[in-house]
Order: sequence, then structure tokens, then C-alpha cells
Amino acid sequence: MVRSIAQGMIALVFTLFVFNLPAIAAPDGKALFQSNCASCHNPLKDATGPALKGVDARVPSKEWLYSWIKNSASVISSGDKYANDIYAKWNKTAMTAFPNLSNEEIDAIITYVNSVEPPKKDDGAGAATTSTAKDSTGSNWIYSMVTIILLALAFILWRVNSGLKRVANEKDGVPNVKEIPFYRNKVVIAMTVILAFIFAGYWITNGAVELGRQQNYMPEQPIFYSHKVHAGINQVNCLYCHAGAEKSKHAMIPSTNVCMNCHKQINEYTGAEEHPLVTAEGKKIDGTAEIQKLYKYAGWDPAKKDYIRDENGNIKATPIEWVKIHNLPDHVYFNHSQHTAVGKVQCQQCHGPIHEMDEVYQFSPLSMGWCINCHRQTEVQFTSNNYYSIFEKYHAELKSGKRTGVTVEDIGGLECQKCHY
Amino acid sequence: MSQKQYWKGLEELNDTTAHKEAVENEFKEPLPFDLGGNLLDASTPRRDFLKYLGFSTVAATLAASCEMPVRKVIPYAIKPEDIVPGVANYYASTFVDGGEYCAVVVKTRDGRPIKLEGNKLSPVTQGATTARVQAAVLNLYDKARLRQPMAEGKEATFEAIDRSVKDALASNTKSVYILTSTILSPTTKEVINQFIAKYPTAKHVTYDAISYSGMLQANEASYGKRTLPSYHFDKAQTIFGLGADFLGTWLSPAEYSKQYAQGRKVSAKNLNMSKHYQVEANHTITGAAADDRATCKPSEMGAVAVALYNAVTTGATPSLASKKLNTLVTKAAADLKKGNGLVVCGANDVNIQTVVNAINAAIGANGTTINWAVTSNYKAGIDADMVALTDAMSKGEVGAVLMQDVNPVYDYYNGKKFAEALKNVAVSVSFAERMDETAQACKYVVPDNHWLESWGDAEPKTGYYSLMQPGIAPLFKTRAFQDSLLVWAGAATTYGDMWKNYWTSKLGGQSNFDKALQDGVINPAGDMPMGGGAFSGNVSAAVAAIQAAKPVSGMELVVYEKVSTGKGGAWSNNPWLLEMPDPITKATWDNYACVSPKKAYELGAELTSITEVVNAKKVIEVSANGQTVKLPLVVVPGMHNDVVAIAVGFGRDAKVGRAAATGKDKFGKEIGGKNAYPFVSYNGQNFAYSAGVTIKPTEETHDVAITQTHHSYEARPVVREYTLADFAKNPNALIEARNAEIGHYTTLPWEEHGEAHGGEHAKGGHGEEKAHNPVDAATAAAAAIVVDEEGYRKNGTLYPEYESPGIHWGMSIDLTACTGCGACVMGCQAENNISVVGKTHVLKSQEMHWLRIDRYFSGMPNDPDTIQTIFQPMMCQHCDNAPCENVCPVSATNHSSEGLNQMAYNRCIGTKYCANNCPYKVRHFNWMDWNGADCFDDNLYEDYRRDDVNDDLTRMVLNPDVTVRSRGVMEKCSFCVQRLQEAKLDAKKKGEPMKDGAVRTACQSACPSDAIVFGNVNDKDSHIAKLRKENKERVFYVLEQIHTLPNVNYMSKIRNTDVIVGGNEATDGLYKDHI
Repeated sequence: MVRSIAQGMIALVFTLFVFNLPAIAAPDGKALFQSNCASCHNPLKDATGPALKGVDARVPSKEWLYSWIKNSASVISSGDKYANDIYAKWNKTAMTAFPNLSNEEIDAIITYVNSVEPPKKDDGAGAATTSTAKDSTGSNWIYSMVTIILLALAFILWRVNSGLKRVANEKDGVPNVKEIPFYRNKVVIAMTVILAFIFAGYWITNGAVELGRQQNYMPEQPIFYSHKVHAGINQVNCLYCHAGAEKSKHAMIPSTNVCMNCHKQINEYTGAEEHPLVTAEGKKIDGTAEIQKLYKYAGWDPAKKDYIRDENGNIKATPIEWVKIHNLPDHVYFNHSQHTAVGKVQCQQCHGPIHEMDEVYQFSPLSMGWCINCHRQTEVQFTSNNYYSIFEKYHAELKSGKRTGVTVEDIGGLECQKCHY
Repeated sequence: MSQKQYWKGLEELNDTTAHKEAVENEFKEPLPFDLGGNLLDASTPRRDFLKYLGFSTVAATLAASCEMPVRKVIPYAIKPEDIVPGVANYYASTFVDGGEYCAVVVKTRDGRPIKLEGNKLSPVTQGATTARVQAAVLNLYDKARLRQPMAEGKEATFEAIDRSVKDALASNTKSVYILTSTILSPTTKEVINQFIAKYPTAKHVTYDAISYSGMLQANEASYGKRTLPSYHFDKAQTIFGLGADFLGTWLSPAEYSKQYAQGRKVSAKNLNMSKHYQVEANHTITGAAADDRATCKPSEMGAVAVALYNAVTTGATPSLASKKLNTLVTKAAADLKKGNGLVVCGANDVNIQTVVNAINAAIGANGTTINWAVTSNYKAGIDADMVALTDAMSKGEVGAVLMQDVNPVYDYYNGKKFAEALKNVAVSVSFAERMDETAQACKYVVPDNHWLESWGDAEPKTGYYSLMQPGIAPLFKTRAFQDSLLVWAGAATTYGDMWKNYWTSKLGGQSNFDKALQDGVINPAGDMPMGGGAFSGNVSAAVAAIQAAKPVSGMELVVYEKVSTGKGGAWSNNPWLLEMPDPITKATWDNYACVSPKKAYELGAELTSITEVVNAKKVIEVSANGQTVKLPLVVVPGMHNDVVAIAVGFGRDAKVGRAAATGKDKFGKEIGGKNAYPFVSYNGQNFAYSAGVTIKPTEETHDVAITQTHHSYEARPVVREYTLADFAKNPNALIEARNAEIGHYTTLPWEEHGEAHGGEHAKGGHGEEKAHNPVDAATAAAAAIVVDEEGYRKNGTLYPEYESPGIHWGMSIDLTACTGCGACVMGCQAENNISVVGKTHVLKSQEMHWLRIDRYFSGMPNDPDTIQTIFQPMMCQHCDNAPCENVCPVSATNHSSEGLNQMAYNRCIGTKYCANNCPYKVRHFNWMDWNGADCFDDNLYEDYRRDDVNDDLTRMVLNPDVTVRSRGVMEKCSFCVQRLQEAKLDAKKKGEPMKDGAVRTACQSACPSDAIVFGNVNDKDSHIAKLRKENKERVFYVLEQIHTLPNVNYMSKIRNTDVIVGGNEATDGLYKDHI
């Protein structure tokens, strides 16, 4: 009973910790917001576009809102005053048209943005965890002390015992065997050497296995790009920048023109108070200066608010040479779309709490054992994806109850030439 | 049935000592180990071994030490909209080489063209490709391509050259010539017309290195059109080839191979098969495919044509040089007269072609198998024009000559004269892509774009168009040759604009244009119209001219095109094609003189050349037309005994490229071969590609790298061949033979009378008991017409069975359809990053081709007319009970649930046990670091000729989805697993089961004759599953009796002939009657 309550608490704390948002929002609306709107809008703050909380109250009518979202250009060209004012206020940045969104979906989005509350600073769960951890370190320390004392006691008793034995022997007239110091004792030497071999072997093998792995690798990047600010605080959808993740083997690092979609408008970092940017070494970062770096790469003149172009009209942009964090050996074939589009795996499962990282580090070991382990445990979308209908045997087994699920392993996901060719 | 009489080469037939040794030795070179005597006294004693081990461990540790390199990931600055990194784009385009045409689809990855596939929308080539089409993508990245224009041997700019050429043309008073190979492009013809309009003294001359002038002239005389008809090999019931290698090199081999295969799809239910007669001087793949074949000297071609004409028209009995020729011509005449006949001839001679036209007219081929309503534009060169141009140049009458896609200094019969004459021309311009022999003699070289960098079009057949679009922006400072002409003609538009306007207006609007560009081809609506022609040629004059020709006594020389290197050009410098074994000789990298075994024996070559095992070949001196060259002698069974054949495309200048260059290698050995074009002569009307010749043996030897004997089955039968008549009589012969071999193992003895297996399974040897009961005997007889593959699979082994719950891949290869052309070998090479190893290592049997085509001869070596040749593509058989898997100590090769025999390179430690235990000999070990894939920099193997494959430019051709293997690992066919995975992923994304045909292996899609079928055999509706079931009478597995359970099956070779020489008891002993 107590245990289940504790588990529930942990789950709750975890949810709060990860999302930091009330859990009551309409799930549909949140997902829609994140995939369609979050790249330009924040519920609470102005971004590329205005803050959206309470937007339904601000605009002339709900119908107006629907037609604006579906095609803002036509609303503007119809001469609507409110629309033209908004357009002018936001430096004539056109909003992407969303003709595919239904009115219900728009309602769901509005319900969601209205439900968003500013984040609370208080974080009791974290502190509790830390204190428990401290307790356990304390008891460990006591245990080791006791062990050391007991060992010392054993040693002293052994010395006393052998001294007494020697005295007793002398008394009985039995000649004492000359004592060999333990460091010259062959058994001890042999044992030490064997142990040393075992430990060295273990250490070398482990080291060799680890060669080329870079878990927790967190290099310095040419621009201090904070995933926490973008994906975490501002809720930009991962796929907005990493557009290849559902299409290609590469998730794709966005080209500078993708950055400029938003940063034409956002030319300073205003969140320094709420979330100051600090490197792992403790150096303070000026977010606005980092945006200026982006402008250099992108060939953007912030003063003129226009691109710098060469004589042929091409934008004078240079690519940003990011340091690659996630490196797989050349003989490994990894396909992002296989995992995200087909396997429905969340980005965070491999990349960790990326929305909390100011500087990205490699969360997972990216070792073969790690891949294999997941392939053993993860079930494929066996019933929902009709591709798997060819596995008649498994379908029959599922029906008869002989099998509860089909893992990646069952469909051959551990075989060499699924990843190495 | 004894199959011993299929032999890979004479050495196997004779079982020479050298061959026995080669078969026994796993490695061709002696191994660097001293295995005899005391280990400590050995040259590599144990202590040294330990020292090396210790040293290399420490070295490896240091080399791989802790510092990880910092890798950068660099995105696009501004990403092009239609590129998603990691996802391939496909563009329809057109392969054009001279007049040779193929509609293709270009696969580009991240902006680089990396693979070409046939375009199925084209009614001309119907998705077929050739070896050269498959290898063409490598030419794009050829390091020897010119990187900027040149003026008088120095680097120059387009502007400077434009100024001087324009000035020179303006002040020129003499005639101006545009000399090109056959042009298929209507817009290019338009550009040339614009140029001629500006310079009225200009003339356009077409020159083809391998000329079809005789045919064009004969057609003009016979039908009033100087053009080529369309041939329909698919509609032909009887095909007579007279020296025309239409499956390999003649006119449009991709198109003809596709058609030819359609007429030869045999099954027990459909016994209709075309009958192919071939008469030729040397041995071509078309001759190998023929049902009946006879040889004649090239000078006798005319007589054969006349004899056939007489036999067809008057029924006269031929009296030709050999008995076989006489019977063949008589039979062919009878068959041709039955209708749907087709005679094609490769001779470049007006008279012979006129007689051939007369035969075709007499048998009613026009309108049935020969189509004059849709003509072909493949060749347009007239020999006399070229000769006249050369004479005019010599006399100093020519002011300017502009040369596009021609190289007369190299390939004109009198190249020296042309080079001399070129000095008299004030303005000589070459548009060559490289500094070829002619470009070097020109004042200006203005390099043309590669066709993969160009906009363009082609009209291979009248009314049938094909568009060309670039797969990549020009890599170097090159310019479309049409643009150069337009600039010099003072036109304001660029060729690109002109081309687009031309097609947009012709097709009627942008959307039609877009559709055409996407499809790559523009076809008239409906089926291809068919039309005949009224023959009006003067046969009697032609016959008289043929009979008046002086007979050539003694040896004759044939100058021929290789299937791989063709007429030369860029192909001479293509390492893939140079290492592709010639279909017939299986020789790589070299040119050589082909002679028959009998002639070789007479030349005293037996000791070194009669057997392919010994690399050193006797060099002979060949003299004809006042030219003498020394070339190694290669023995080719099936060659006419009085013929020596030499291929063109070799003996190139050093500037053509490293792989092509003639000279000496670092060991002082001659490389690059000899130029055979000077042996061509001009008879006042046409270029003649044969001549009387004298040959003389020398004491020298030259190594020729021949691959056929590199792998041996030690005389186990691997091919199955039947005559059509035998197959019709007893379609189950093959099933019976298979049952005799494996029937014993299909049922377990203790289950023999059990209910489960009783009536269903064939019994083979164990069926006898049942025969006592008449009912059982009937059941057994009915059961005997199937092979109990399932029973054999389960009961023939102790090992457990591999389950394939989802997909089970399988491949079928039709030996009747396979022509041995090698397109699959090149397709595999391009798809799978197969290493080029160079001649030195081919000599050591270390070639890396995952797919090889085994060639077997049967017949009597002394009598070329008895030789029958059969090809068998051989790659990893993906055995379900694979011998290689059991012996790998590290499980680097193992089985997948989809029936693939997997090879994990990163796990392989190079013991080579698997290769040793593979009965099919399809595994290849990386003896060297062929591609710089090692982590150590200095290991890269270099031998000069092949080195360009590792240039940064050339490496752009690599397929990024396939690992580049490094030294020390084994590799083999993967069934193009990257394509399988991609197709599965696509299906999963769509959420539907994979469609049959959604995945095609590289070899399958390259094959012009649809010999290869691939798919999921678990899907009962798939092509492969149906084929195995419905054509079961022809299905067999190689070495099935050893229970390897291959996933590749073969379909027996059916020859529409009277007798199969190989393995035929009636002809047993025939093979013994030879030297």
C-alpha cells in the first residue's frame, strides 16, 4: 500500500518535473500547438508572432480567428482593419497558412493555450531526492568505517595470536619456523599477480570496448544554441528544425535560412532573467550576442533587416560548422525515419531530456549493446501498421494468446544485416 | 548423366598438371609461412610471431589512443528545396554514346549521380541497360577529364577562345567542317544548322568510329532511304545473324537483347521459341546464345549471304567452305521461308548488305520483323565523306574543322594521315572531354559537358524522343558544345533556353514539358506503327561484285568491339569496364589476339597459352595492311581456325587517362595494349574491319589476367541444358534427374510408410517398394513429376531449419535468357562499391566482383562449329543451410530470418574459412586496402593503372548506403540488402505490405534480357513464387545434392537445336578428339 503510494508520488513528481505544465490541458490541442504553432508562437510571450494566451478574447470574432489561421493573407487583402493593424505591428511578417486545420482543432489549440500557466519556481521533489541520496552516502561511509575497523582488529588479533604461539613454542622447546614476511610469501605473490592480471584484463577490455564511445560528450559549439530555450521554454517542435527525422536517415541540422524564419524577428534574447545562459564551465553567455553570430553566418544585415546578396542575387550565407556530437561508426546504418516515423519512438528516448539542455551532450552510450537491448524490449507497432500483416504466424499466436506482443527482435531486429551493410 | 563435358577452359578439359595444382591450391600465390621442419628453425619462428604480436598490439593501442577526432557536421547554408540529405532523388535522362542510345533514370544522392537504371517508359529500350550504361556514371568522375578550355596546349578562358575562333572564322575563306559522330539530338542538329546559316561554307560530316556506312548505302539503294530500319527480334521466329553481334555491340544491343529475350521465354506449357542461327568469324556472345552456329572467314561472309539468298529464292544447295555451313544455311533457308524471319548482318559492305536486304525482302521480313515505318537513327556516318574530308584537309582546302565526340587521330583507319592533314587546318577545335589523341593535335580544345551535366534530347527512332537532364551542375569549367557553336554563330540565346523553348512549343505548354521531362521520353500515342518497304536493289550486281572479290587465302584478321570497352573513347579509361571480364575470353585489363585452339597449337603456344591457368601468354606478331603489332595470344574455342581477332579501344595515349595509357609499368612490363584501328582499311567504298594477315610466334610472353579458372567446382555438374525437342518430349527430365540425386533424402526411412508423407512425396530410389502395388505405382508416377523440396529441406540434414516468418527472399536466373553481356556485373559494381583491384591482383585471383558470369564450353575444341557456349551468373546463393556459416569462428557470417546469408564486415577477422568452405566460390577476401578504408593512412594499395578510383573526385561515385570495405575482411553478394531495407522501410511508412516488384536488385534491374527475377517467395502471388511453381520443369539449384538449400535457383538452358554437345552420351568422347 505504502509502496504504491510512493510510486504514484514519484510518477507525479516526474511528470511535473518533465513537463512543468498543468496536466489538465486538452491533449489534442497541445500536440497540435506544438506541431503547428510553437515554432513561431509562445502561449505566454511574444515570439515571432504574438503570445497566444487569451487570443480568442482579443480578436474581433471566433470566425475571424478561423479564417485568419486558415489563410491570413486573404484576410489582410480583404482590407480587414484589425488584420492590417496586426500585420503592420508585426513588421509585415506573413503568417503561414494552415488550411488543413479544422475549426475543432483550432478550438482545441485555443483551449490549450488558455490553460497554460506561468511555470512555478518551487521544486520540492528535486530537493527531496537529493536529501535521500545524502542519507544513503552517509550510511555507506559508516559501513566502510566499520569494515576497516574490523579488518584492523582481525589483523591485530592475528599478530597477537602468532606472537603468543611463538612464545608458547619457545616455552615447549619446539623450534620456531623462521617467519617469512607476507610480501615474500609465494602464495601471496601468486595471488596478487593473478588478481592484478584479472583486474588489468578487466580494465583493458573495458577500456578497449569503450574506445570511440563518447557518452556525455559535450563539445563547445560555434554558437551557444540552447535547446532548452528553443525546444523547452519556447516549445518549438523538434521536427521544425530537424525536418529529416521522419523522412530520412539523417535528422538533419537545419540550414541557416531555417533559423532565420524566426530570427528575422527575434533579434535579442529576452529571457536572461528567467533563464540565464551559462556554459558548463560557468561562463555567462549573452544570448543576444549569439543571435548576432547567427546573422553573420546567415548573411543577414540586422540594421537593414535584409539579406546581404552577391551580384547574382544569391544570399551570402556560410554554413555553420557545428561539432558533431552523436557519432556512429561508418559501418553502422542508422535511419532516423525508421525509428520516429515507423517505430514511433520519441526523440528523448535516445537523446535524453534535450529540451532541458542548454548545451547538448550525448545522453546515450550509442553502443551496440544499448541498441540491441532496446530492440529486445521494444514492441513494434504490430497491429496498427498493416505492413506486419505478412507475419501470419505471429498474428495467429497473438490471437491464441500464446504471445503478448511482437518485439523488434522477433521480426529480425537483432540480425547483423539490419544495421551493418 | 555425365556433365564432365562442360569445360570452363581447355585446361579443365585436358586436366593439365597446372590446372590440377590450381584447383587444389586455395591461394594462387605461395603463402608467406614456412610450414615444414622445426618451428623454431622456420623463417617465421614462434618467438618472432610473439614479438610481432606484441609490437602490433602496442602500435594499435597507440594508434587508436584516447584522443577522439573532433568531427564537424556542416548543414547547407541554404538548403535546396528538393533535396533531403540521405534520401535519393531520381531524374529521367538519356544515355547517348555516339549513336548508341539508352533511356535511363539517374539516381542522385545529396546532389551526386551515383547509379543509372533503365527507364521502363521508353518503348525503345524498355528499361534495358548494357554494361557500358551501368559503368557510365564513373566517366563523369573521371580524373582525366579536362578542367578548363585549352588553346595551343595552354590553359585558356572561354572568352579568349571565343574571340580568336570568331575572328578566325570571320576572316576564313576556305571551307569549314563540323565533324561529329552520329547525332541523335534534334536540337543539336538545329544548332548546327544555325551555325551553317552563319557560315555558309560550313558543312556537317558524320563519322562513326565503327562504321555502318555499308548498311546505310545499301538501304539507300534498296529502299531509297539512307537510314536504318527498326528491327523486331521479339516478333522473329527465325533469326539469322551473319557476323552481327546484336546482343553485344551491334547498333543497339540493349534494345535487341530485350526483344530477343521476349521470343525465348520457354516453359513446358509454352514451347514456342525463336530459332537463332549465327555465322561468324570470331566468337561473340550472340554466337554463344545462338541455337545453331557455324564459323566462316570474314572474306567468306559475302559467299554465305549469297548462298543463303540462293537457298531462299531458288532452293539451291549451298557449296560453302564447310559442311556445317552448308547444312546450317540450308536449314536456315527452310526456316526463314516459313515466315517471321529476320536476317541481320554486321559486315560494313554495300554489296553484302544489299544481298541481305534482298533476302529479307524475299522472306517477307519487311513489315513483320523489319520496320520501315519507324526508322532508327543510331548511325549516319558515310565512309566516303570522311575520306573526302581527310583528303581536302591534306590538300589545304579546309580552313576550320570543329570536332565533337570524334577522335579520328586514334580511330580513323589512317589516323596518321588525319593528324598530318590537321596541321594544314588553320582553326582546329576539339570539343573532347579529355586530351585525347585528336584534341592534342587541335589548336583549341573547348571541353563539352558530360551528358550527366547536360540538357539535351535524342531521337533514337523517328518520332520517338527522349530528353536529357543534368544530374549535377558541371564539375569543371566546361561548356555544352552546342553553346560554343551558338556563341560562334553569334546567336543571342543559350542552348539551354533554345532547347527549352523548342520542347515547350513542340509539346504545347509548360505542363506537358514538365511531364515529358519527368518521364524522360516522349512517345507517339499507341503501339509502334509497322510498315514494310519495297525492295528495289540490284541484287545481281551485288552478287557479281561479291563473287568477283579476290578470295583471301590463309589467316584473316577481325577487328572487333569488346562488349565492355566498345569503340574506345572514354570507356578505354574506365577501370570498372577494364576489370570486367570479357564475356567470352574472361580476360581483363588487356587486349590480345584471339585465336582458335588448333591455331594456337600450330603456333607452338600450347605450353603457355592453351591453358588459362598459366598467366604468361605467348606473344605473337600480327602483320596486316603494312602494320605490325605484338600481342599476347589468347585461345578462344569457337573461333574460326584461320581467324585472329583483335579488339579496338586499347593502345591509348597517356593523356587519355591512367587506366587507358600505354607504356611500361613499374616492373617494366608493357601495359595498355595496342591500337587495332590501323588494321582497318578502306576499299574505295567502305571501311573494312577485316584483312588478310600473317602471324608469327615470338619468344616473348605477356601476362593476361583471365578470371574463368579462378574458381573450380572440381567437375561437379552445375549447368543443365536441353534441346527444345528433348524438353518438349520429356519436360520432366530435369525433375527426374533431381529426384535421382536428392530423392533418397526427402523422406526419413522410419516415416516412409507413414500417412503424413506417403502419397505426397517423390520417392526416387526409395519408391521401388511401392511400385508392387499398382495404385501406389500410379501415385508414385504422378508424384515423381515434382521434387519434394520441402521434404528434402527438412529431412536431408541434422541441422535445425531456419524459420522465415515474414519475408523470404529468393532469386531466379534463367540460363536461356542470359546472354553473358555483363550488365549485371557492372550494375553490382556501381551499386555495391565493389573494389577495383588492378591487373596485378586479378592475376592472383583476387578480383572482388560479387557477381561473376561463369562461361562453359562444350564440344570439340578442334572444330569451332561444334562449340556450344553457356553462361551462368554466379553470386552468393544465400544458402539456408550455408557451409560458410558453420565454420566462421566469430559468427561474422550468419543467417537472417529473411533467408539472407549475412556478412558483418566489422566482425570478420579474416580467417577465410568461409571462402574455403563455400562450394560456389563466391566469397572474396580484401587482401589489400583497395580504397583507403583502413584507419591507417599508408596502407592504400597502388598500382598506377587503377589508382584513379581512389581520387577524391572518383570517390564521389560511391554509394553512401554501402560500407566501403577495408583490408582483412571477407565480402560477397548481399542481395543488395540496402535496397531491401529501403523498400521495407517505405512499405512500413505507408503502412502496407510490401508490393511484389517494389524491390529490384542491382543485377536484376541492369539485366537487358530479364533473366533475373527477385522477390519474396513467402508471398505466393509474387513473380518469383509463381515462376518456381509454374515453370518447375526448368528449375534447378546448383549443387543441390549437398543440401546447401540455396535461395538462388536457376532455370535450365533450352537450346532450339538438334543436339546438345555437353554431357551428351552420344557425343561422349568427342571432346577427346583434339590436340
